[in-house]
Amino acid sequence: MDMANQARIKETAEKYGTENVVVILGGGEAESAGLTAETVISGDPTYAGPLTNVALGLDVFHLFELKDLIDESVYEEQVSMMEMVLDVDAIISEMENVRKDCGK
Amino acid sequence: MNFPVIKAAANILVQCPNMMMEHGTTLIQEKAKNPDSEYLKSIGQFVRSYEESVAYAPNQVFIGNMKPSDLNNVAGPWYSHPVEPKTDGRFGEIMSEVDFYGLMKMCDRFELVELSSEIAPVIKKALQSKEMFSEAQLAMLDKGADIAEIQALVDKHTALGLYDGDKLLGCVREAHESDPNLSAHVVFENLVTKASGVLAMKHLFIKNKIDPAIVDYIIETSEEAVGDMNQRGGGNMAKACGEVAGCINATGIDLRGFCAGPAHAMVNAAALVQSGIFKNVVVMAGGCTAKLGMNSRDHVNKQMPVLEDMVAGYAVLVSENDGVSPVIRTDIIGRHKISSGSAPQAVIQAIVVDPLIASNLKITDVDLYSPELQNPEITVPAGAGDVPLANYKMIGAMAVKRGEIEKKDLMDFTKKHGVSGFAPTQGHIPSGVPIIGHALLALQAGAIEKLMVIGKGSLFLGRMTDLFDGISFIIEKNSGKLESDDDAAASDEFKQELRELIADAMQKVADSLAGR
Repeated sequence: MDMANQARIKETAEKYGTENVVVILGGGEAESAGLTAETVISGDPTYAGPLTNVALGLDVFHLFELKDLIDESVYEEQVSMMEMVLDVDAIISEMENVRKDCGK
Repeated sequence: MNFPVIKAAANILVQCPNMMMEHGTTLIQEKAKNPDSEYLKSIGQFVRSYEESVAYAPNQVFIGNMKPSDLNNVAGPWYSHPVEPKTDGRFGEIMSEVDFYGLMKMCDRFELVELSSEIAPVIKKALQSKEMFSEAQLAMLDKGADIAEIQALVDKHTALGLYDGDKLLGCVREAHESDPNLSAHVVFENLVTKASGVLAMKHLFIKNKIDPAIVDYIIETSEEAVGDMNQRGGGNMAKACGEVAGCINATGIDLRGFCAGPAHAMVNAAALVQSGIFKNVVVMAGGCTAKLGMNSRDHVNKQMPVLEDMVAGYAVLVSENDGVSPVIRTDIIGRHKISSGSAPQAVIQAIVVDPLIASNLKITDVDLYSPELQNPEITVPAGAGDVPLANYKMIGAMAVKRGEIEKKDLMDFTKKHGVSGFAPTQGHIPSGVPIIGHALLALQAGAIEKLMVIGKGSLFLGRMTDLFDGISFIIEKNSGKLESDDDAAASDEFKQELRELIADAMQKVADSLAGR
């Protein structure tokens, strides 16, 4: 997760309270989605960014996990193509594993 | 209407491990923040030799000794399976870093590059043997500097060193003591871009027996900015490169659009030629030091060679239709509009699908797509996935949505209409254009008839807009039929007749409605 995004997440969580922030990911790779999720829950595992040793414990989901909450026509127009392209199962499984491992 | 043609294309590489260690932004930032990190301590053992970079299959594809499809026959990982190491290729060469220091010196008009009196003659001899440079250019390497003076400049931080391992060979001086845009760092970056762009142009002309004097205009498409503190991006890299490459009759311009810059420039070049404003336009760019080693942290973590040690360059000549060379279809141009939206689906729709629909073509009518062609062996370990494959899947998914293919045939589509990525991750370099040399050969051999080149740019990186961008164009086999002036006059005459017929018909309808 890049430095600028880590800084923005940290700032947002501090401003509104961690209980009022939900992070929604749109990345295309299971591994990088998992790393990002880990970063906003337990802190930056690469020890490089502003979230190093900062465990915000935020709620974090990938967009594919929220399909049922999204208007069908919007999902069709904006996301359906990528659903065909990406490994949705691997991404969702990685997200679930990371949340479990990080105690969420 | 006579479409413009692509006469020739060149691709070059320079292996720059020392520049990567000194000037790659990932390494610079790490040195500043965590100078004792494990990553910095261990990266040295993952840096490749020049010989290893030459034997690396994707690099051989880039300079034209292998076809992109040949990569399917090289076992992975490619870095563990060296191929025949040829430094010279059909489209260009793979130059060593030390020789490249000499080229930087030859591209320097302000005595900012110093080479030691020990190394200068060695480099001169190496460059002389390439038979690419004039005596006057090579003579710039005759005057070497005392290494102690070079060391003193580096120690004072008024110059940045040119190294071969731990050995200092020369330096690049700052061009102004307080102007941040003329600091040694910026001058260094710009000279690398200039010299690698010049190398691509030289190969374009020499390998294709093209007289550089025929070039009227040069469009340079790197992502660097040339200027001083009062005009950071003033320019003009194009003319600076053209001067060294011998384009005595050309002027030019720098055109920027992040990674989409080259594709934008190709469309502009095509328009300039088709309109008759210029007959021969070169689109080109050199490479980038900042992106060297960009993903090296991930490569080191995965215990693999740091593959982002290559500075790259390309050059393409767009000319008037000669009845033979492949044409640029200026009537089928895709563009990502300001209103298009930035979801991947919207981007592909705007850049790929809309222009095809407007020309009554199907997605499957295009034999080959050339989106961003980053080498997946660099990007996959860094968590960025296989970029070209993702693009092919997206284009194929749109073909599924349009009912052109079945969903089960999606992977077949990616194989049939795509190639493996083979370009270094140098931003503007992998963005569509590295395929052009290969495409010219495939079109001329009749292996393909239509190719779409797609350039995409992440404009949000500059923080002036959060928009995405992209532009596409189609290269097609030349029909061999040229429209003459007589044909054009006949066509005008026909159009006039048609106008008169329509006017007559409209008059009759009006009369009938009026009851006359």
